[in-house]
Amino acid sequence: MEQELGDPSLRLVAPMWNGTRGIHRLGGAVVPEGNQKKERKMLQFLNNHFYDVEALRGYLLQREMSKVHLKNRSFTWLEEQHGPYSAGAFFILKQGGAVKFRDKEWIRPDKYGHFSPEFWNFREVPVEAVDASDCEINYEGLDNLLLLKELQSLSLQRCPHVDDWCLSRLYPLADSLQELSLAGCPRVSERGLACLHHLQNLRRLDISDLPAVSNPGLTQILVEEMLPNCQVVGVDWAEGLKLGPEEQPQDTASPVPA
Amino acid sequence: MIRRVLPHGLGRGLLTRRPGTRRGGFSLDWDGKVSEIKKKIKSILPGTPCDVLPDTSHLPPEHSDVVIVGGGVLGLSVAYWLKQLENRRGGMQVLVVERDHTYSQASTGLSVGGICQQFSLPENIQLSLFSASFLRNINEYLAVTNAPPLDLQFNPSGYLLLASEKDAAAMESNVKVQKQEGAKVCLMSPDQLRNKFPWINTEGVALASYGMENEGWFDPWCLLHGLRQKLMSMGVFFCQGEVTRFVTSSQRMMTTDDEMVTLKSIHEVHVKMDHSLEYQPVECAIVINAAGAWSAQIAALAGIGKGPPGTLQGTKLPVEPRKRYVYVWHCPQGPGLETPLVADTSGAYFRREGLGSNYLGGRSPAEVSRVGWDMLARRHRIIVMKESGFWPGSVCFVHPQVQTAWAGYYDYNTFDQNGVVGPHPLVVNMYFATGFSGHGLQQAPGVGRAVAEMILEGSFQTIDLSPFLFNRFYLGEKTQENNIM
Repeated sequence: MEQELGDPSLRLVAPMWNGTRGIHRLGGAVVPEGNQKKERKMLQFLNNHFYDVEALRGYLLQREMSKVHLKNRSFTWLEEQHGPYSAGAFFILKQGGAVKFRDKEWIRPDKYGHFSPEFWNFREVPVEAVDASDCEINYEGLDNLLLLKELQSLSLQRCPHVDDWCLSRLYPLADSLQELSLAGCPRVSERGLACLHHLQNLRRLDISDLPAVSNPGLTQILVEEMLPNCQVVGVDWAEGLKLGPEEQPQDTASPVPA
Repeated sequence: MIRRVLPHGLGRGLLTRRPGTRRGGFSLDWDGKVSEIKKKIKSILPGTPCDVLPDTSHLPPEHSDVVIVGGGVLGLSVAYWLKQLENRRGGMQVLVVERDHTYSQASTGLSVGGICQQFSLPENIQLSLFSASFLRNINEYLAVTNAPPLDLQFNPSGYLLLASEKDAAAMESNVKVQKQEGAKVCLMSPDQLRNKFPWINTEGVALASYGMENEGWFDPWCLLHGLRQKLMSMGVFFCQGEVTRFVTSSQRMMTTDDEMVTLKSIHEVHVKMDHSLEYQPVECAIVINAAGAWSAQIAALAGIGKGPPGTLQGTKLPVEPRKRYVYVWHCPQGPGLETPLVADTSGAYFRREGLGSNYLGGRSPAEVSRVGWDMLARRHRIIVMKESGFWPGSVCFVHPQVQTAWAGYYDYNTFDQNGVVGPHPLVVNMYFATGFSGHGLQQAPGVGRAVAEMILEGSFQTIDLSPFLFNRFYLGEKTQENNIM
């Protein structure tokens, strides 16, 4: 079925620096391997025995959270000055994502984070596609994203702060959104996917590689039922099914010889 | 010269007195001597040596600034905000007294866990909105270093309320108020309803209101656990015991109308341990009544309601336990993943549970209680369900199989089914945070903050809950809600 709507170049992954993967992350989100495990144990020991270490860690965590908040502040002044489309595009570009205005080329920031300022002139031109992969957009930042009323294609691949609450906010884009990709988002679960039923114009939905979904095969079937006109790309539904009797190991099936 | 002489002299002196030397029969056995002396002293002193003080680790501390009676979500929320809003770190010592550490009868654990903003009172809407933002940012509010982040299992599927002809006007005006306060609710006609949710039978439905954001259901145990963990890290004391007595001191004062009034103040709380007669008197400055369905008993201990009926002294706290059953059934052809929590104005509701075509539902208790105050029991009430037309008349489940059921208590406010918040006018240091009749869980963060502000600042700062004060029971002013689930 080669009915691919939307720009095929959307599926190109924009190379993004992944930010600090420090020891200050909320515990449990990163799987430690080898050396990191020892580091983590040492840190936990120090944390439990010294108030200073606990306070320092708490402070660093707060600082990281406030950095994310700062990135997701509302650009209401920009919206008044330059219109919703430019303000929304600026927000995405500042985060490191890519934006495509209707009938124009993709605008991407380079590796230093600089992007061309030509989009400030596109007051009336709506934004057609947004590639926000690996961006630190959270619930508050969606205020800015939802300014783009005629968005057709949205990619939120591997966004670390996009969770079920954020998905419940996407319904204003129901009239125009045709393509949505949530592949690799660590906080999206089947409960958030349940609120995508508002997006009746969706034609392509990518829900592959969602670690928080408890039952990927069943979720895929339920989402397909929920959105009958949409092509849902994700997990193969047969994953998670038990092996049939002929494939079971021999020793459990063989009867006790008389 | 002296320098050379002294060490020699000392050295020789030390040599002669060193223990363990065998010089000319002058041997001192120090260790043996010491143990002999110890034995002699022991034999002189009476009884066994009292080197172990009596163990009081199970008892609460003897003094505590604030004692919170009840360790459910409301009590823990008040404790959290008290510690969060205090002016100095460690400035307030808070003790939470909970009778049952397994929470087997607590309303929090047996709750369906829903949160919605579809109320008619603006205060209720604001409380729910704040709670939604609290739950959304729960890992910032309740962050504990080293602990894994909390996963509330929030389902943002929204609430769908169905109204018949006679309730449609009320629903429209409610939705207007809700939109004004900032809730994202929309009205749907029967046609739109059929389009969106084809499994609803819209016969008899004139209007529906659907919450699009910040509404849904979550896991109340996770919230309780998160609050407990955070409170322990903030230094709040927990105690398992039952409050059996308040020791109060009174003061008679003259009001401006030349009436004598007795103001009481609780200065000691007696906490009795489980399965024993042992109790600990805890000196306190403030007592918070967050005992849920049993708040009336705690209030009676403080003397609230002991007076001639019709007076302020004789006004009891009108909160009583009201049992309500929740059933889980399995229906393979039932509504799919997008099912919101569907409720209608008769009080019956249901929602999806998990991914396996299971549904959970029940009916809110009626005005008049028909069930007594007995122990909670699990019973499969299929027959009762069918007879009383249990599920919302507009959704028909084909061949449902009841899997399980449970019962829980609402802390039902028989006066107007809304919470009681704030101090009592006569017992000056008892604050209430109870009586929410089924929406205590969803309003807990907001109410906790309001009570903490009342205690620390003297008045409500963020959300004004003056319509929920105790005075309304005496004055007879009902703060009634038009929609109740």
